[in-house]
Amino acid sequence: MSNLKYRIALIIGLVALSIGALVPRTVIERVKRSDGSIGFDTVKRVPLKRGLDLQGGMHLTLEPDESKAVITDKAGAIDRALKVVRTRIDEFGVAEPVVQRVGNDRIVVELPGIDDPERAAQVVQKSAFLKFQITDKTQSFERVIPRLNSIVKEKKLGVAAPDVRGDSAKKPGLTSLFAGKDTSKKADTAATSTDGPFTRHLQASGVPGMFYVPTTAQAEIDSYLQSADIIAALPPGKDVRWGADSIPNAGKAVRALYVLDSRPIITGEYLTDAKPNQVPIEGTVVEFQLNNEGGRRFKNETGKHVKDYMAIVLDDRVMSAPIIQSAISTRGQITMGGGSLQAASDLALVLRAGALPVPLRIAEVRNIGASLGEDSIRQGMLAGVLAVALIIAILLVYYRFSGFLAVCGLLLYVLYTLAALAGFGAVLTLPGIAGFILSIGIAVDANVLIFERIREEIVHGKTVRTAIEEGFRHAMPAIVDTSVSTALTAAVLYQYGTGPVKGFAVTLLAGITASLFTGVFVVRTFYLIWLSRNKTAQALSI
Amino acid sequence: MLRILHDTKYDFIRWWRVAAGLTIAFIVIGLVALGFERGFNYSVDFTGGTVMQLSFTAAPDVGKLRSALDVGGAKGAELAEFGDAKSYLIRVQGDTSATGAEKASQEVKKAVSSVVGETGFKIDRTEIVGPRVGAELRRGALLAILVSFFVTLLYLAWRFEWRFGLAAIIATGHDILATVAFIAILRLEISLTVVAGLLTVIGYSLNDTIIIFDRVRENLRKNRREPLYETLNRSVNETLPRSVLTHATVLVSTLALLIFAGEVIRPFAWVMAFGVFTGTFSSIYVASPILMYIEHKYPRDLEGKGKGPRPPGAGNTK
Repeated sequence: MSNLKYRIALIIGLVALSIGALVPRTVIERVKRSDGSIGFDTVKRVPLKRGLDLQGGMHLTLEPDESKAVITDKAGAIDRALKVVRTRIDEFGVAEPVVQRVGNDRIVVELPGIDDPERAAQVVQKSAFLKFQITDKTQSFERVIPRLNSIVKEKKLGVAAPDVRGDSAKKPGLTSLFAGKDTSKKADTAATSTDGPFTRHLQASGVPGMFYVPTTAQAEIDSYLQSADIIAALPPGKDVRWGADSIPNAGKAVRALYVLDSRPIITGEYLTDAKPNQVPIEGTVVEFQLNNEGGRRFKNETGKHVKDYMAIVLDDRVMSAPIIQSAISTRGQITMGGGSLQAASDLALVLRAGALPVPLRIAEVRNIGASLGEDSIRQGMLAGVLAVALIIAILLVYYRFSGFLAVCGLLLYVLYTLAALAGFGAVLTLPGIAGFILSIGIAVDANVLIFERIREEIVHGKTVRTAIEEGFRHAMPAIVDTSVSTALTAAVLYQYGTGPVKGFAVTLLAGITASLFTGVFVVRTFYLIWLSRNKTAQALSI
Repeated sequence: MLRILHDTKYDFIRWWRVAAGLTIAFIVIGLVALGFERGFNYSVDFTGGTVMQLSFTAAPDVGKLRSALDVGGAKGAELAEFGDAKSYLIRVQGDTSATGAEKASQEVKKAVSSVVGETGFKIDRTEIVGPRVGAELRRGALLAILVSFFVTLLYLAWRFEWRFGLAAIIATGHDILATVAFIAILRLEISLTVVAGLLTVIGYSLNDTIIIFDRVRENLRKNRREPLYETLNRSVNETLPRSVLTHATVLVSTLALLIFAGEVIRPFAWVMAFGVFTGTFSSIYVASPILMYIEHKYPRDLEGKGKGPRPPGAGNTK
């Protein structure tokens, strides 16, 4: 009898615990308010975490892009990149983001409820490496242009490029280069043989080390600049960089091409603050501030380069190249031209968070719309309710009173499983819901095995009490074996699965444990209660 | 007491040759189908690439969509209806470099909005998987199947005598083959979820075999002189009500998923639904005849001096 009391106490205790784990509670969490701002708010909700596939959101996997840079200390670099990405995401404004390292060299970013995935991907991926470089004053690039032209011709780099004319390019004069595209024809006829793509498309801008390339020819020139032969022929100690945006020049859209001193006078590591602003003349700008040491260096260097042009280079793109009027110390700004204020604030954000130590490449993106997630929940609930209703009907019709006990056990099973999922902070995914519904069907198996055994014992003429005892005892080995083998499969899935599949494995595991407990312990206790009330029971409704 | 199939005496094992013929035919059809289809229909999880699920405000002109996709940068995009006439799934494979795939999703967006306008559709889901991740997921899935196979083998070897364990493993192997044939015949897309479904089928089918073998083990102890043929038949018949009832409840769950739980989970539900059948079938017609064959080749010591089936766990000696 006291044994029975303990059993009942245990079951009721677990029920209380489960309900405690599942009641909607007030939690403080970062939420997105209706006006789009982000902040900490108190929300009341059932503490069951929904996966991205149910609440909508974005899952990003990033890996170091080794095609862009040689990475020596990968693990350390990833750790630092993780910090940068986390800072950026925290500032980007998402409720409950997840940023974590997976394996050796992956960063996983999960952004629930994000509505502009492309912008988010950009913010995360942007290297944000800021450099200040002086434009080349020595005309070193002009000097190698003939060589570059002939390399293009010799190596037939521009096979796809339209019409590389002039087969006798020898020593082109600088005049033709500066004369620009229109006069290159004249130069051609004048037999100065100054032809080749670099001569044809590059036009001097008036600023040392800065050229204009018509946007139509940008892809062609860029493809040359990528080729190893051309890179080898470029002047040493100089970087060749494109401007960030196309600009109008003499009625045509052109892109600026800069030749810069490789050594930066300063980099973004000294940056302490950056914020977007809109100013009358320059338009959208990002104003930044350097720390004292950076300011000192900056002042020193800019003092040496008065009247030179200083290119502000972000991720190998020249944002602008203003002339240095006088020494600058801790403050400066990056002109965004016609960029939107949002673009400026995103740039300020990534500058504040610091540069990524390695370039990152997106290895995987999964983005689910919020409405699809709601549909999934609705459909999953419908399927679950229907499955449970049908299973209850089968149990009641077939096993009558015992079936009723099994149904009670099944309801406890549902409660326990959900509570276990909430308690362990498991994430509910769509395959997880499917696994849960499936496990309800399988949970009944334990009851069926036991009831069939009890029936056999009753047919063999045993008393009700003994039949129940024997039924449970004989069914045990099969129940244990099946539970363990399913649990093993679930464990393997958990180990090797990712995302939603892991969610499936977790619900399956929680389900098996709960079903073992309710099927064997709870239903047995129900029988014991029934027996203690009907001590002389001669027949069992089963 | 409402009883179905109570105290039956069907001679199940007698039909094992027919059953073997049927299942071999099914598997062969599946493999042939696989040959015609040039391999499985892997999802982007494994091939890498881009998949986008779009919902349109009104049923779009599929021909126009297709040509717009072909003209744009998303060449070779596959367009398939997804659930209803307003939902479509677009798959772009081939260019699987991560940046290429990212570009592909933008190209798809451009092409679709050129047909129905920017407000005419909504992107419900975008999945982009880079080639390296795809290869890793592929390896992970294969490893999961092999490891779970191996782990269950170890467990069976520990719980049952080797004859039973071997028969159960072969039955499980059959289930994998049959399910794979089923996947090939229905041309289901193999995604991570479907692999999870396959593993669940393995677990479920093993359950069923274990329950019948558990009864065989018990019956062998009770009646050592009975020929194995009889024991197997008796055990299958004795467990028949349980089998029918359990399969019914699991099938109810699976059908609820199949019909109501939406398009995303449907391939998984198909695999599970088939698994219920193949699991039941293999326990009776694969595991049992093979146990008989093993028994015939390596007969048990009938006088049973510690060589009988091992007792299953605690508290069952009665």
